[in-house]
Amino acid sequence: MRVALFVTCVNDALYPGTGRAVVTLLDRLGVEVDFPAAQTCCGQPQYNTGYRRETEPLVLRSARAFEGYDYVVTPSGSCAAMVRDNYPRIGAKALAQGRGSELADAAASLAARTFELTEFLVDVLGVTDVGAYFPHTVTYHPSCHGLRMLGLGERPRRLLEAVKGLELRELPGAEECCGFGGTFAVKNPDVSAAMGADKVRNALSTGAGVLCGADNSCLLHLDGTLRRQGAAMRAVHLAEILASTETEVLA
Amino acid sequence: MSGAYLGMPAFPEAAKTSTKNEQLRANLTHATHTIRDKRAAAVGELDDWAQLRQAGKEIKDNTLARLDHYLLQAEAAVQAAGGTVHWATDAAEANRIVADLVHAKGESEVVKVKSMATQEIGLNEALAAEGITAYETDLAELIVQLGDDLPSHILVPAIHKNRGEIRDIFAEAMGRWGRPAPDGLTDRPADLAEAARLHLREKFLRAKVAVSGANFLIAETGTLVVVESEGNGRMCLTLPETLISVVGIEKVIPTWRDLEVFLQLLPRSSTAERMNPYTSTWTGTTDRDGPQEFHLVLLDNGRTATLADEVGRQALRCIRCSACLNVCPVYERAGGHAYGSPYPGPIGAILTPQLRGLQSELEASLPYASTLCGACYEVCPVAIDIPEVLVHLREQVAEQVEGHRVERAAMKAATWLLDHPAALTAAERAATRTRALHPKRLPLPGPAKAWSDTRDLPALPAEPFRDWWKKNRKDGSR
Ligand code: SF4
Repeated sequence: MRVALFVTCVNDALYPGTGRAVVTLLDRLGVEVDFPAAQTCCGQPQYNTGYRRETEPLVLRSARAFEGYDYVVTPSGSCAAMVRDNYPRIGAKALAQGRGSELADAAASLAARTFELTEFLVDVLGVTDVGAYFPHTVTYHPSCHGLRMLGLGERPRRLLEAVKGLELRELPGAEECCGFGGTFAVKNPDVSAAMGADKVRNALSTGAGVLCGADNSCLLHLDGTLRRQGAAMRAVHLAEILASTETEVLA
Repeated sequence: MSGAYLGMPAFPEAAKTSTKNEQLRANLTHATHTIRDKRAAAVGELDDWAQLRQAGKEIKDNTLARLDHYLLQAEAAVQAAGGTVHWATDAAEANRIVADLVHAKGESEVVKVKSMATQEIGLNEALAAEGITAYETDLAELIVQLGDDLPSHILVPAIHKNRGEIRDIFAEAMGRWGRPAPDGLTDRPADLAEAARLHLREKFLRAKVAVSGANFLIAETGTLVVVESEGNGRMCLTLPETLISVVGIEKVIPTWRDLEVFLQLLPRSSTAERMNPYTSTWTGTTDRDGPQEFHLVLLDNGRTATLADEVGRQALRCIRCSACLNVCPVYERAGGHAYGSPYPGPIGAILTPQLRGLQSELEASLPYASTLCGACYEVCPVAIDIPEVLVHLREQVAEQVEGHRVERAAMKAATWLLDHPAALTAAERAATRTRALHPKRLPLPGPAKAWSDTRDLPALPAEPFRDWWKKNRKDGSR
């Protein structure tokens, strides 16, 4: 089984710890993972802001970077959703506009092999107890793209529930958007900030010490809000919790 | 807030004011959360909801694909039943037709059934300019009209008002519009409803002309359908001598059998009821029973242009249930007025720019008034993929609207960088090396400033992931 890590541009530049955690975790589960250095960004910011044509080179780049791998695993629900839902759309549109079938074929092939981390663990590897240890109270925010576009369902919760020492607290209004939304946070800063503040208030109401998510973009927004408020709660990516063990506490 | 929607500021500007209005946000949050929970329960009762939703989607799509055929069929049926059909290309033409019809009856007042189409064309204002007073008879529309306000929700136009505010509006304004509110009016719902009932009854009994919209127009028999909760619509549709119905051309459905699907989808999605209390249907005129003169105004007003757009046309499936508003986190914070149209929330964000075109900053800002969280698509009873249409419209904005040149240049530069991993790596390393200099709380330059007003930036890591990998893992070293 040839597995590639699609670390995503946000994680590469801002949250490399999440990428290292995925590598550590997959190592422990006996999966040999590779990191094709030709990868960069899935193009989600461009596509979602209305620059579809500008996204096309990145679709091709990703498809080429991950050619030949059986599985492409990413610790980001929204990037996985971009590849799975939007790459085929971009490919089909390019084809309809007469730009050959290369893009469409590449997009379709990559979409079929791309998995969000929790899907890969639960559906492909068939594990829910990954042997993790994390002695904290945790509340989980299921980011919208993971929740609705990928339909991750109970997978992240099942993984968290199997972590030793971890106490999971229900997040009120969990399914509501945190207000990040990529360029939305910049184009509509007031609404975005109001949504972030409400999400953070709900998270704090659980009394948990850690706000967990599987998408560092949402966590960037929420952690930034938490720290501006001087709150004691910290945001941690799910992969870092799953990678954490009694001998090596990662998060 | 008064006057018309047109010329309102772009969404982010309008939302800036409304997000700061604590009372407004509290009213909206309470109302939308209550109804969204009820809707989920009502929908959960039906185990064939997914099939019903699919059926609703397909009926609408198939009808839209042969819209010309069904409209002509409906026209012939209405005429055969004694009605008159008028075709209106735009708002001005529709308003003209209605005003002329009222003048022809020698009247200066009409009673109205709550209707989105007449709000869309600004009928009340147009009639007022012709010396005709239009009385809204739906309770929430009445509150909005008496308060000299604009509706802020499709189904609950006064959703942004609480009981105390409604009491004050009734006490202050009812007298100017007709029968005054009783002395010592309280804010008990029953008292408020009774005051409205007495006030409206006078109007129902006096009016010679009524104006309605329709939820559906059944092509095979030329029958119009209005579903409602209060019975005020039934009064307007049966008591006056003349009835004028203004109906968007996308409201047509082929047969009565198709109606069965929508009479299940609509009430559960909108009011979370298994069945709406009043379903009124009328076909042309009936001798000595109900209105003796019936006019149907078929309204285009941008619908044909919307139909021509392969992706965007799905917005015409909308049955105006407002479920998407009630789950939308952006609507909940910004309020309905920020959308600058009678169609607020997610459906407004895709419908308004399509019906009106990208004519001003407001329309161009609407496709961006969403985080693409997908909650609207999940609840929509006719499966309109609102996020898909939003992104599609953003593409049109980026192409057509001046002022997006800088953004396009930035996107192009980002794409170039991301398509050149060596340059990207160099940029990441440069950022990392200078990370001690990066501000955490100082305002970022340009449009990102507003972001950093309320949030701290993360600390930059010591090295990007790709450098760590190269050092520690490359060539299979473990
Ligand atoms: S878009 Fe869908 S959910 Fe929204 S009002 Fe229309 S039918 Fe209802």
